[in-house]
Formats: sequence, structure tokens, C-alpha cells
Amino acid sequence: MIRMENVEKAFGDNHVLRGMSLEIPKGTSMVIIGGSGTGKSVALKCILGLIKPDSGMIYVDGKDATKGDRDAFLARFGMLFQGAALFDSLTVWQNVAFRLLRGSLKRPTEEAREIAIEKLRRVGLKSDVADRFPAELSGGMQKRVGLARAIAAEPEIIFFDEPTTGLDPIMSGVINDLIREIVTEMGATAMTITHDMSSVRAIADNVAMLHGGVIQWTGPVGQMDASGDPYVEQFISGSAEGPIEAVR
Amino acid sequence: MNPISALGGLGRTVLGLLAAFGRVALFALDAVSHILRPPFYPREFGMALLNIGWLSLPVVGLTAIFTGGALALQIYAGGARFNAEAVVPQIVAIGMVRELGPVLVGLMIAARVTSSIAAEIATMKVTEQIDALVTLSTHPMKYLTAPRVLAALITVPALVAVGDVIGIAGGYTVATQNLGFNPAAYLKNTVDFLEMRDIVSSLVKGAAFGVIAAIMGCYYGMNSGRGAQGVGRATKGSVEAAAVLILAANFVLTGVFFSL
Repeated sequence: MIRMENVEKAFGDNHVLRGMSLEIPKGTSMVIIGGSGTGKSVALKCILGLIKPDSGMIYVDGKDATKGDRDAFLARFGMLFQGAALFDSLTVWQNVAFRLLRGSLKRPTEEAREIAIEKLRRVGLKSDVADRFPAELSGGMQKRVGLARAIAAEPEIIFFDEPTTGLDPIMSGVINDLIREIVTEMGATAMTITHDMSSVRAIADNVAMLHGGVIQWTGPVGQMDASGDPYVEQFISGSAEGPIEAVR
Repeated sequence: MNPISALGGLGRTVLGLLAAFGRVALFALDAVSHILRPPFYPREFGMALLNIGWLSLPVVGLTAIFTGGALALQIYAGGARFNAEAVVPQIVAIGMVRELGPVLVGLMIAARVTSSIAAEIATMKVTEQIDALVTLSTHPMKYLTAPRVLAALITVPALVAVGDVIGIAGGYTVATQNLGFNPAAYLKNTVDFLEMRDIVSSLVKGAAFGVIAAIMGCYYGMNSGRGAQGVGRATKGSVEAAAVLILAANFVLTGVFFSL
């Protein structure tokens, strides 16, 4: 389980998180929604330790996320970045097997390559892309490679940062279905940040609405449409009228 | 302008500069500590050796040969004013090995390598590849900075040695083909005049300049701002800082080797 307690983070005068609290039960898929610039990515990066919160606590399975063996902590996570964040200088299979080629999870090269190709198949890519470089792939294919890399070491917790941004609706649907399948199949705890409502309905067990640096509403995805929360209602409807200012 | 506010402005500038030096020094210490501690990344080190060393050879060779040739012509023309044309081999050798070889190679490395390191790492930062490295349990300093700094420390002195030899060869070619020097006498004068101290100073300068070039590229890349503008600023800043620091370090090292 991941628990955030009163997490605050400011960048200069810009107070992004103002006491965010959230619980993500083990083995469930939480989707955080909210407008651009509301701190969704910051929240996710705070959990991973990429950004240090100014105050508040973050626990993973009851343990303080900032303490203990950092490598062991990160080995439990997989992450799909918004732009895939593939390493340009490495081939596709080397990207996917990155974790398996070095560090505590190191495997023999041939075995790592086999695992990488298997993960590429899992996300719907043929083995002939394995030796290509990321720049030779389309945006959708890069996302799939990023997804394959996120699951290569079979992590317990997977983060998805805007998994469908920049993709056409069909490819978005494919990625959403893949994420749902993989999370269910692996039994992983998932945390996704998005403002794509089709992603929310496809991926989420639970939804949290982040606005003004705090969670305005959280609950099961089935209750989202009848939440009664004005922020959630405005966000779902995409209306310019409501408590969320259209111009920020 | 109010003298107090002018003084305040000056103080802020000095403090800002000192803070920047401090940040770079801490970054350099961190980089060195990662060179010494496992895990090591031999593939990245090999790629850095290739990029910084081998692929810089053409630009270093061309710079050195033209500089050596021009130096011979200048010394001959200047020496002719007081009947000292014969000193061409000695001055070319001293000039290339003590100063021009290391400095020009250092500046070429700053232009070619520092800029490329800064642009590459800054782009990685902008596209979240640095964050991705961290989430894949890989320390960016260890994976990106340590191999490049170590490779520069090893290859730039070698490039300086190559540049020295090619520069002297450039002077030799011009002197023997255009200025009427005897080839055997030219080589003998060159070899006889050079001291071990000259060669050691050249290599030490090469090592120092290599480390400066790599550190500045990595530092500016790791601390780049967002977007294309951030990458551009990081690249420009890294080359400016590396070039200035190389020239400053050259002055200090020349003082250490030849004024004491």
C-alpha cells in the first residue's frame, strides 16, 4: 500500500502540493485526475524520491519511503513516462532490458534479451523491433516499448505518467487495454496520472481528483459519475463553468 | 548611482560567482567519488573513450598541423629582424609542447566534446531520461558523468601528445620545404631543446583540461533548464565556462611548472 500524508511541495512561490493525502491499497489501480499544472506528476515523483517534498510523509507498505536501501526501494517500481523517456543511444531491447543488464537484477545478456523480446511481444510488438533504435519508432510504438521496460523486471508497483498523451484514439485504447491487462495479470499496484477520461474508465479501480494542491475527491471509478463533487463533475463534463478556473 | 547600492550589486555578483564555483566544485568531487566507487559501466566508458578520444583525432590533428606550420612561418619572419631565423625548431617545439598544443587541444575539446556532452545530457534531462535512469536504479552521476570524466582524463593527454607531435611536424614541414632548413638538423635541434619538464607539463595540462571539459559539459547538462532554450543555454554556457576555465588553468599550471 502507498500512503501520502499531508505532502507539501512548492517551487519558489508556486505551491503545487498543499497537504496532499492519499491511500492506494495494494493490488489496486488508482488514477489521479486533474488539470495541467495541478501537481499530478510532482506527486508521483515525490513518491519515487525524484522530488523531495517540503513536508509530509510518504509510506510504501508502512515504511517511510525516504529511508532504507534506495536501490531495493526502486527495484519494486516500474514507470512509464509521458514521452516514454527511452534512451536514444540504446537499442529497443537494451532499453527494455536496462534493469536486467546491470545492478542487483543483472542477468546474462542472452537471457536479458530473451526477456526483453518476450515483454515486447506482451505489449504487441514483434521481435524485429528489438534491434532498432527508439528514434526509428512511432510515438505509439515508443509508448509500448516504455511499457515493456516498465514491466520488464516484474515490479510490484507501476506508475503511468500520462500514458495516452499524444496518441490517436485507437492507439490510446490499445495502450489503456494493455495497461489494464498487465496490471490485472501481474497483480501490481498501479498509479496513473492522466486527464484523459477514457483512460480513467479503462484503467482505474479508484479515482482521485487533485486540484489546488489537495485531493478534492476520491472513490471507486463506478461512483465517479455520481460523485456529487463539483470539481469532478466539471472535469468529467469538460465544462468551462464551475469551481475550476478555465484560465490558469 | 548610489554608491551603497553599487557596492551591494558588486557584493551580490561576487557571492553569486563564489556560489557557482562552490556548486561546480561539489559536482566535480561527486563525479570523482563515483569514478572510484562501483558499480562501473564499461560500455559507457568505452563509448566515451571513442567519442572523446578517437573521434577528436581529426580536428586535433588538423588544428595542430596548421598551427605548427603558421608558428614556423611567424618565428622565421620575426627572427629575421634580428638574424635569429635559426631558432625556428626550438621555438616551435617549446611553443607547441608547452602552450599551443595543450591549449588548442583543450579548446577544441571544449568546442567538440563539452558542447556535445552538455547537449546530450540536457536533452536527456528535458525528455525525462535522467528521471528514467533513477527509476531504473541507476545513478545518473555514475552512469553519465563518471565514464565521461574518466575517459577525458585518459584521452585528452594522449590527444595533446598527438597534437604536440603533429604541430612540430607541421613546423618541420614548413621549415624544411619552404624555409630551407636541413631536415636532420631541424629534428636534432627539436629533440635536444625539449626537456622532460616540457613534456610532463603538456600532459598534465591535457589531463586537467580534459577533466574541466568533461565536468563542465556534465554540470551544465545536468542543471539545464526546460525545453529547447534550456538545452541551448546549457550548451552555450558549458563551452564558455570550459574555455575560460581551461585558459585560467593553463595560466596557473604554467606558473606552477615554469615560474617556481
